[in-house]
Amino acid sequence: MSTAAETALRARARARRSGVADDEARLGRLMLAPAVIYIVALVGLPFTLALLYSVSNVTVGSTGFRIVGIENFRSAIENPTFIRALRNTLVFALISQALVLILATTLALALQKNFRGKWFVRLLILLPWVAPISLGTIGWLWILEPIYSVINWTLRSIGIFGPNTWPIWLGQPRLAMASVITVHVWRLLPLATIILLGGLSSIPQDIHDAAAIDGANFWRHHFQITVPLIKPILLVALMFGLIFAVTDMIVIYVLTRGGPYDQTQVLATLAFFTGIDGGDLAAGAAIALFLFPVLAAGAIVLLRLARRSEVV
Amino acid sequence: MASLALVRTAGAKAITFAVIAGFATFAAFPFAWMLITSFKQTSDLVDPTHNPFVFHKPPTLEHLRILFFHTQFARFAANTLFVGVTVVVITLLLAVPAGYSLARLTGPTGEKLGIAIFFTYLVPSTILFIPMSRIISTLGLQDSLWSLVLVYPTFTVPFSTWLLMGFFKVIPRDLEEAAMIDGLSRFGAFLKVIVPVSIAGIFTVIIFTLTLVMQEFVYALTFISGASRFTISVGVPTVLVRGDVYFWGSLMAGCFIASVPIAILYNFFVDRFIAGFTVGSVKG
Repeated sequence: MSTAAETALRARARARRSGVADDEARLGRLMLAPAVIYIVALVGLPFTLALLYSVSNVTVGSTGFRIVGIENFRSAIENPTFIRALRNTLVFALISQALVLILATTLALALQKNFRGKWFVRLLILLPWVAPISLGTIGWLWILEPIYSVINWTLRSIGIFGPNTWPIWLGQPRLAMASVITVHVWRLLPLATIILLGGLSSIPQDIHDAAAIDGANFWRHHFQITVPLIKPILLVALMFGLIFAVTDMIVIYVLTRGGPYDQTQVLATLAFFTGIDGGDLAAGAAIALFLFPVLAAGAIVLLRLARRSEVV
Repeated sequence: MASLALVRTAGAKAITFAVIAGFATFAAFPFAWMLITSFKQTSDLVDPTHNPFVFHKPPTLEHLRILFFHTQFARFAANTLFVGVTVVVITLLLAVPAGYSLARLTGPTGEKLGIAIFFTYLVPSTILFIPMSRIISTLGLQDSLWSLVLVYPTFTVPFSTWLLMGFFKVIPRDLEEAAMIDGLSRFGAFLKVIVPVSIAGIFTVIIFTLTLVMQEFVYALTFISGASRFTISVGVPTVLVRGDVYFWGSLMAGCFIASVPIAILYNFFVDRFIAGFTVGSVKG
C-alpha cells in the first residue's frame, strides 16, 4: 500500500471517531493518571509526612502534633547510640560494597566464557539475591549458631581452632560486625555480578583481540582496558549496592537485632526500634531521614547515566 | 613455546574453574545447608561432636510434618499468596497502561516522567514505614492483610512501569497503525494488539512482583501484629523462632521451601530485570 493511500485511510479512520480513545494526548494522560495518582498518594504523601514528622513531636499515641523544629535531629546527634549507628552504617556499607565490587568483578570475569552447565551455576549464584532476605539470613543464623555452627566444627576438625575455641559469631562485637558484613556481601554479590557481566559482554571483541596482539598481560589488560570501559556499569552496581546496604534493616534485625550492645546497630534498625517498637514516631522519622543523602546521591548518578544513554 | 602456552591456558582454565566453584559454593551453601538440616533428626543436629556433614541417624520427615501441621507455615504461605496475587492484579492494572502511555503517547515529557517514576522505586521502605504506619492506622487497616495490598504496589508499580515502558518501546509502531487503519481506536489497538504481543513483558512483571512481595519484610513487620496474618518472610523469622529454642529442622525446611522455587522461576527472567536496573545502559 502506498504511503499516500495509507495516510488518507488513517485520516478517514481518525475522522470517524474523535473520542478519548483516539485523542493521543488525552488518552496518554488518562492511562498514566492512575499510576501517577497512586504513587503521589502513597509515596509522595508519606515522604512529605516523614519530613514533617521529623520536625514534630508526634508519637504513636498522640492525636495532634506540634512542630518542634530541629529538636529531633539535635537530640539524635547528641545520642551516643545514634552516633554509633551512623558510624556502623558507614563502616558496614563501605566495607561490604568494596568487597562486593572486588568479588563481583572477579566472578564476572570468570563467568564471561561459555561453558556447559553455566545456567545452573548462574542459578546457584543468583539464589542469595532472589530468595527472601529474611529467610536466607535465618540460614546464616543456623550456620553461625554458637554451639552447632558448621563453621566452628569444620575449623576445629581441620585444626585451625583448638578444642576450646568457641567463637560466638553474633555475640562478640567485632565478629558480629564481620558476620553481618559477610551476609550482606553474600546477598548483594549476585546483583553486582550480573550487572557487571552485562557490562563485560558489551565490550566489543576487537578491543580484547587488539590488546592480546599488543601483548598486554592479564593485569594490564584488566586495569587499562576492561575496567575503564565498564566504569559506568561499575558505578551503577556500586550505587545499587550502596542504596541496598544503607537502607536495609532485615539482615541486622534477624541476625543481631543491633546487638551486642548496639555494636551492629545501623540507622535503619535504630529508626525501627525507636519509631515503631518505642513508639516515638518523630524521633524515628528523624533518624530515618539521615538515610536520604545516600539516596539523593544515587539518584544523581542514575540521572546522569540515563541522560548519557539517551545521547548514545 | 607452544607447550608453555598450553600450560598457561590450562592454568587459566583451572583458576577460572576454581573461582567459579568457590563462589557458587559460597552462594548456595546456606540453601544446601537448609536442605540437609531439614531431613536430620533433632538429636543428630544438636550433638556438637557429630560431623554435621553426614547423617548419623536415618533421615526424617518429622520436621516437615511439624512445619505443615503444627505451625502456621501453611497459613503464612496462603497469606503471602493472597497478597501476592492481589498485588499482581493491581500492579498490572496500573503499570501496563502507564508504561504504554510513557512509551507511545506522552512524547519527550514521558521520558522524564518515566525516570521520575523509576526513582520512586528507590525510595526505601526504611524512610517511609513510619509515616506509613500512621496512614495505615488512620485508614483502620492495621493488622490486616489489606494494609500490605495497599502499600506493596508502591514499589512494584514504579519498577514495573519502567520495565513495561522499555518493552512497549521496541514493539514496531506499524503494528498499532495497521490495527488502527483496520478500524480500531488507539485504545482498542493497545488492548487487542499490543497487550497480546507483550505477554512476555507482562510475565516478567508478574514474576518480579511476586518475588518482591515474597521478600518484603519491613512493612509487614510494622503493620501486622497477629501471627495468623503474617506473610512467610516475617512469620518464619518471628513466630517459628520461639523464644530461645530454635526448631532448626522445621525452620530450615520452611526457609528452603519458600526460597528456592521462586528463585528458579526468577532465573528465567533475570536478564530483563538487569536491563531495567541499569536504565538500558547494559545490553545483556
